[in-house]
Amino acid sequence: MSLNLEHQFRVQDLNARYTEAIDEDRLESWPDFFVPDGKYLINTAENVAQNLPLGFMYATSQAMLRDRIKALRQANIYEAQRYRHVLAAPRLVEDNGGALSARTSFMVARIMHTGETILFATGIYEDRVVLDGGKALFVEKKVIIDSRQIDTLLAIPL
Amino acid sequence: MNIAANIKTWPSDSLTRVPYWVYADQSLYDLEMERIFRGDTWSFLCLEAELPRPNTFRRSHFGDMSVVVTRDAEGKVHAFENRCAHRGALLCHKDRGDAKEIACVYHNWTYDLCGKLTGVAFRRGIGGKGGMPPDSHPEEHAPRQLRVEVFAGLVFGTLGKNVAPLETYLGANITPNIKRVMAKPVKLLGGYSQILPSNWKLYMENTKDSYHASLLHMFFTTFRLNRLSQKGGLIVSEGGANHISYSMSADVAGKEYEQAKMRSANEGFALEVPEVIKSIDEFGDGIGLQILSVFPGFVLQQIRNSLAVRRIVPMGLDKTELVWTMFGFEDDTPELHDMRMMQSNLIGPGGFISMEDGAATGFVQRGSRGAPNEMSVVEMGGQGIGSEESRVSEAAVRGFWATYRRLMGV
Repeated sequence: MSLNLEHQFRVQDLNARYTEAIDEDRLESWPDFFVPDGKYLINTAENVAQNLPLGFMYATSQAMLRDRIKALRQANIYEAQRYRHVLAAPRLVEDNGGALSARTSFMVARIMHTGETILFATGIYEDRVVLDGGKALFVEKKVIIDSRQIDTLLAIPL
Repeated sequence: MNIAANIKTWPSDSLTRVPYWVYADQSLYDLEMERIFRGDTWSFLCLEAELPRPNTFRRSHFGDMSVVVTRDAEGKVHAFENRCAHRGALLCHKDRGDAKEIACVYHNWTYDLCGKLTGVAFRRGIGGKGGMPPDSHPEEHAPRQLRVEVFAGLVFGTLGKNVAPLETYLGANITPNIKRVMAKPVKLLGGYSQILPSNWKLYMENTKDSYHASLLHMFFTTFRLNRLSQKGGLIVSEGGANHISYSMSADVAGKEYEQAKMRSANEGFALEVPEVIKSIDEFGDGIGLQILSVFPGFVLQQIRNSLAVRRIVPMGLDKTELVWTMFGFEDDTPELHDMRMMQSNLIGPGGFISMEDGAATGFVQRGSRGAPNEMSVVEMGGQGIGSEESRVSEAAVRGFWATYRRLMGV
């Protein structure tokens, strides 16, 4: 696979805007980073190693992502908190013109409204991205968390 | 020193009052580990399906004690303390695997899959020097072997000397509801843990609290998965230790909620993809929801087609690990498997209906911290611990405390 720096940058920029939207509580725009039949899941490394598919979140369409945000805003109860994502540079593992696969390590801190801050989750994004003209969108985002443990609850998507 | 001498006196004879110091007293916690978990109770260790072949092991917990659960060469299940007879080191620090024996890394003492000491390295010394004296009996300090029973694919263990056989302990009005779910060979689907910022008892109370379900968890109610006005019931085992809260799938379109103007009845809330809660009556009896708990720390969950076992691991006064294991059956059709995957969004720490429990138990832990001598008021449904038709009841919570106080002697 020849190195295409512009493609690597596009994936990096997509994830930077994606995590910024989450961290700044612009959750309503979270689904817009996906194509309409985009897939999103959060699973654990332990489950993946054993070929077990059922993890914390599972969406097979952009519409399901909108439902999740609706539920968070209107139904679910959780103490006010924010995330801060820090990402490594993405590594392109596949580049078929406009269809890319990339792996990006992440760390997410959770900051409670009290100020209490913990390292909440670490892991890797396994992304499939489509470049459609000027736009980059997720066809699939798999969030594989290194730990099997989540502290208290997982309200906001990663 | 008699630990019990440090324990405060329960301020009330009634089961309707629970003093908040129960969540914040270290002496009490230590006594609980001994009198409850290592006492006359049965603790859930793992699913039989987690020991898939002969000569496999799975690590688990028994209260806060690490244990090794094994399936030996003949297929029989054993469990023993995860502690070497020599210096007390952990014998097994992998979560699961295949093994014909267990060897301690520290000095290579070996054990069979029953937990029996089989080898002491250099026991006779080398060249006539060193080694253990001939009258040493390190076997006397061997890790305790649990009494193990498997019921409906669930592995339970006990160290109790006066505890009934497992099926009796579960209760004649509880076992049929375990069997209706655990009727076929299980297929594991996934597992994870939720770290709750609260005492272990707060989670068990939350599980037995059928009253809160559709009030805290708005998602549940709005989509008519569980309204307290649905047909169902609350079953409590004799003595109060175990419970079942269940409701039927068919929803009677009741206006009780809307009329009561409760927070959880928001009629304007609609899902774009209602398939997330699409389900079938896989057990054929019309029961769409069943939450079943076994004292001290086990839950069997059926939420439509979302099936799971949950076990608690106390991690100190105000921290509990809740271990979830989700499953289906070997003969699941692809359609049923997909439904279980979709419904996985409902449960767990990220679950549309479960996520609040993680927060709620923490709120009680923090809210009650400054008032150790104040008390919970547990009067919904009266004062008793008997089964009843209404789920607007805290009978199962009172049942938990009846069992707790009896075992602890408080």
